[in-house]
Amino acid sequence: MIELPALGWQSIVIFVVFALSLLIATYCTYAERVIAAFLQDRVGPDRAGPYGLLQPLADAVKMFTKEEFFPGGANKALFIFGPCLAMITALMSSAVIPFGNNVSFGNNSFFLQGIEVNVGMLWVFGVVSLGVYGVMIGGWASNNKFSLLGAVRAASQNISYELAMGMSLIAVLMMSGTLSLREITLQQSVAGEWHFWNIVKQPLGFIIFCVCAFAETNRTPFDLPECETELVGGYHTEYSSMKLGLYLFAEYINIFVASAVMSVLYFGGFNFPFQYELRDWLVSSQGWELASAQNLITVLGTVGLFAKIFGFIFFFMWVRWTLPRFRYDQLMRLGWTILIPLAVVNILITGGLILFGVIQ
Amino acid sequence: MSPLFLFLAFVALLSALGVVFAKNPVHSVLFLILTFFALSGHYLLLNAQFLAAVNIIVYAGAIMVLFLFVIMFLNLNVDTEPHKPALAKIAAAVAGGSLLLILVAALKDVQPTGATLDATFDSQIGMVDRLGLVLYQQYLLPFELASVLFLVAMVGAVMLGKREAGERNF
Repeated sequence: MIELPALGWQSIVIFVVFALSLLIATYCTYAERVIAAFLQDRVGPDRAGPYGLLQPLADAVKMFTKEEFFPGGANKALFIFGPCLAMITALMSSAVIPFGNNVSFGNNSFFLQGIEVNVGMLWVFGVVSLGVYGVMIGGWASNNKFSLLGAVRAASQNISYELAMGMSLIAVLMMSGTLSLREITLQQSVAGEWHFWNIVKQPLGFIIFCVCAFAETNRTPFDLPECETELVGGYHTEYSSMKLGLYLFAEYINIFVASAVMSVLYFGGFNFPFQYELRDWLVSSQGWELASAQNLITVLGTVGLFAKIFGFIFFFMWVRWTLPRFRYDQLMRLGWTILIPLAVVNILITGGLILFGVIQ
Repeated sequence: MSPLFLFLAFVALLSALGVVFAKNPVHSVLFLILTFFALSGHYLLLNAQFLAAVNIIVYAGAIMVLFLFVIMFLNLNVDTEPHKPALAKIAAAVAGGSLLLILVAALKDVQPTGATLDATFDSQIGMVDRLGLVLYQQYLLPFELASVLFLVAMVGAVMLGKREAGERNF
């Protein structure tokens, strides 16, 4: 019998992470429009509320009040199940991400993390590999050839890029020696010595992982499953109302999780430069207690992690409005003949550097 | 037997029956995925976190996606379902029944072990690092041979995907 984690505190953290994922996904739709407008020298949404900040609410009202449409000959149960599955898998993956170090009240110390398991990385990877089912089932159940083509594209694209993604992760795991995301974060900063984030040790691995993250979240330049010019709307051609909204929402949550994973694995997670110096200065010069100084560092670290995450989300959107879409054969060739060999080379280089003690 | 075990066993059996009895092959695949999830839950109960995660990634995440992929292309439905002769049905029933008989006979006298938590029980037994030590020390040769097999399959896939000299797809 496994023991359930300290449910009281942990359920609060899980609920906050859940609510934050939804809130961030909501405002990603707004940010996408604002950034698109900025990059294309337009005004963007500015009617609903100050600076158009209520635009996501207006969108939600529009989505909910639209007609629910079921195409003829569709498999109705699976047609509804598809977007639900996409949303469930998107929300599940943020459970193991460490959003902050521990905070302590009196004698109790808590992790700012949904669940701490020693296979955290595999959990993220497993849930990401399940994410394609929502797209596949929805596309197949629509009884529409464009939807089916989109679903098949999504499946083959996700499987192809999972390989390169997993192999770029192996290089990180070789250095860290653990699958726990919290451990990987903590290893990227050591008190009292120069210790670099993984991006310095794994530049190639980060580039591979980042490209694969774009492909796994179906973002431009790899949004072939919903390629409008070829497939009308891809897998969600037949979807309307909030079922379409769930698909779009799931994509933004996936972007949020992918950004969080990249920040944790390669950009130090909740670490920020000079955190130990700041804590020691607070304790020695300002007369703070060690615990409260540590709590302040944790809060600052969480703010820092979210700054990194928002930076990556901006990067996702910047790329979307800058690069054109790849052709399907180019996408497959990039995955199989460039990224996978590169990832193998990266593993070899990392192994050699560890063997000769250059990095640890 | 904990309620969690009973629940997982119930889900596993029910969805496994669903795989066999579902008319629609896509439903069958989805039931099979649910079965894998229930099995992963059993692995977690047995304290084998790594096995549970890998079961989800490899079986539910990769292999079943390929199954679904192929079944979507085959366009199997009620109209195209082949009608099997009565002889084949009888033969299947006899073969399945004798397999069931053998399994029941083999499992009838099994003494369950490890059910009692004695002092020698090692709670770290299913963890990643412990598994790695066993794989890389005790079973190094079979492990490496299997990995060479995978490498060959991967190189083969890349070779198939590569464009030959002079060939143009567009």
